[in-house]
Amino acid sequence: MTTTMAEAPILEMRNISVSYGGVHAVENVSIDLHEGEVVALVGGNGAGKSSLMRALAGARPADSGQILIDGEPQAIANPRDAKALRIETIYQTLALADNIAAPGNVFLGREITTPWRTLDDGAMEAATRELMGRLNPNFTRFNSPVRNLSGGQRQAVAIARAVHFNARIMIMDEPTAALGPAETTQVRQLIRQLKGEGIGIFLVSHDIHDVFDLADRISVMYHGRIVGTVRKEDVTTDEVLAMIILGKPPDEVSTEDLAAVR
Amino acid sequence: MAQLAGTTAETRTSRIEPLRRLAGATEVDLRLFGMLVALAAILIGFHIQSGGRFIQPANLITLSVQAMGIAIMSTGMVLIIVARQIDLSVGSIVGVTAMAFALLQTDWLPGLGLTINTPFMWLVALLLGLGLGALIGAVQGFIIAYIGVPSFVVTLGGLLSLRGTVWLLSSGAAVSGLQSDFRKIGGGVQGSIGGTATWVLAVVACVAIIALIAYNRRQRRRFDFPVRPVWADTLLAVVGCAVAFGVAAFANANYLPKGLATRYAQEHGIIEPAGGLKVPVGMPWPIIIVIAITVIVTFIATRRRFGRYVYAYGGNPDAAELAGINTRWTIMKTFILMGLLCAVAGAIGAARLNGATLDVGQSDELYVIAAAVIGGTSFTGGIGTVPGAVLGAFVMQALAYGLSFNGVNSPTQNVVAGIVLILAVGFDTWNRRRGGGTA
Repeated sequence: MTTTMAEAPILEMRNISVSYGGVHAVENVSIDLHEGEVVALVGGNGAGKSSLMRALAGARPADSGQILIDGEPQAIANPRDAKALRIETIYQTLALADNIAAPGNVFLGREITTPWRTLDDGAMEAATRELMGRLNPNFTRFNSPVRNLSGGQRQAVAIARAVHFNARIMIMDEPTAALGPAETTQVRQLIRQLKGEGIGIFLVSHDIHDVFDLADRISVMYHGRIVGTVRKEDVTTDEVLAMIILGKPPDEVSTEDLAAVR
Repeated sequence: MAQLAGTTAETRTSRIEPLRRLAGATEVDLRLFGMLVALAAILIGFHIQSGGRFIQPANLITLSVQAMGIAIMSTGMVLIIVARQIDLSVGSIVGVTAMAFALLQTDWLPGLGLTINTPFMWLVALLLGLGLGALIGAVQGFIIAYIGVPSFVVTLGGLLSLRGTVWLLSSGAAVSGLQSDFRKIGGGVQGSIGGTATWVLAVVACVAIIALIAYNRRQRRRFDFPVRPVWADTLLAVVGCAVAFGVAAFANANYLPKGLATRYAQEHGIIEPAGGLKVPVGMPWPIIIVIAITVIVTFIATRRRFGRYVYAYGGNPDAAELAGINTRWTIMKTFILMGLLCAVAGAIGAARLNGATLDVGQSDELYVIAAAVIGGTSFTGGIGTVPGAVLGAFVMQALAYGLSFNGVNSPTQNVVAGIVLILAVGFDTWNRRRGGGTA
């Protein structure tokens, strides 16, 4: 059931391991991602999805293994390294500074400055208005601290940040978890739009509907390892659920297993 | 019951609605405006209670000069608390630097051949002392940010050991005899800039206010953003200039005492009129310093990356880290700035005393933290303004000075100060909970 794709992957993670003081959160995991592809990472709590993604984002570097971008090995030691490689992350916890308005959050850490090295809030607001015109035309509150915004609006701010800095690889950690139905639809449309623009996306999600709606391939993690990667067309939701719950590779999932998860 | 509560809230809203609309158009921080009103109420209250003797140039200038050290340090404390830290050592840093300023001029620099008669010896002393303050801040900041010891612990240690250092530096003796130019930093009749310079300063301030408003307007125009109505900008400019000239007029209504005025007349070849010559003292240096520091730190906090990062860290430390901000260096820098500001307060303290005693700056940390908190800084992090803290320092000092002016003893003053602190924060919390706060 392994996939074969014509063009080379933009990203390969090889034999990645991450451990937190003796606990192996990720063990010897390899995974790849192509241009314009959505790969869903699924698994139970503590399966290692977030740890794997944090290694890619530089938030908690891998202890061992290799990360290749366009076939070139790269060192990612911190979030700045990842951003320099155009890897952008949209975190589950919505890593926004609540006390700062949308433009300040979009440009956080990469502010536009004037020739006098002061913050150019005008330019940042203008750029944010333009981005939001594309991503979320109903967004109007550019000068209000983001704590006053709805979940969907906050998610739009987080995505705008990734889009503005020309991400090639986007990591989305539970992008719809905090959202209502209408906002979820909006974010799903947005993900399809980004995919259409050629961005490779890792989608970490518990929501099996999100996964089947958006993903091209699905990688199932269990106890820090990848138990299998399948193409969406080749499996049913029940088979994926069985992989998640029982930690079995796809070809070992039996009819009894399917009955058990159903 | 719910119905009743709803209607009273509504009538209250409608009553303050015009005020809110004015604040909306001028984008004035309502909270800051409220503090100005409170300060005015305190001053007027004491004025009435004292039978009209309180609001006088000499009085208010003394009050302001006394608030200077706390006000200067509160600008740095805002950033510290916004970044979810605390600095308990500020009073002791004031003590160490004040003693260093005194010893530099009386002992250390003369030992290197720079005597009290060397011109600019005071400047060398000033720069070295400021450097010492920044260095102390850097050491504490490094331990907090890079080694990870909580700031409460590090600065509590600083509070104790630096106060001990003051004693060790001078072997327990008070030191006095500073260069006269240095003493000007402390204000007083000799440490003021005189009438003409005060007017010039008011003109400069007025021009700066108008230029700033015009610049902001042009910046917003550049991107076709909605701009404030012209009347609102004009009103702000007029009020700003009126305040600048009002303060200047007030400072210039403070005249040289009789003896000095006579000497001034003799020196300048003026024949003294019968009622005595009225020579305006003008703006004292420490007030100019505090205004300059308020402007500079506000600029750093709102217009520079560093300030943005301090607020971002306070709002969400993880977000700041994940955004690729060097959060450790940011935290260390807030402590360096704090140490530097403590040294400025130490310089003013030493200049006023013409030397240093062992207890300069004692308990200042409490007043500085109180000023920041009264000024709207929140211990949850991410919230607080520099001008708010400066106003907070003035509100506290106005209360303390007013009470003592009216013959209230100092234990009672402390009781009042404590209650005001709790009331101010209590009001703030209540106001935020019902969603009224702007900050």
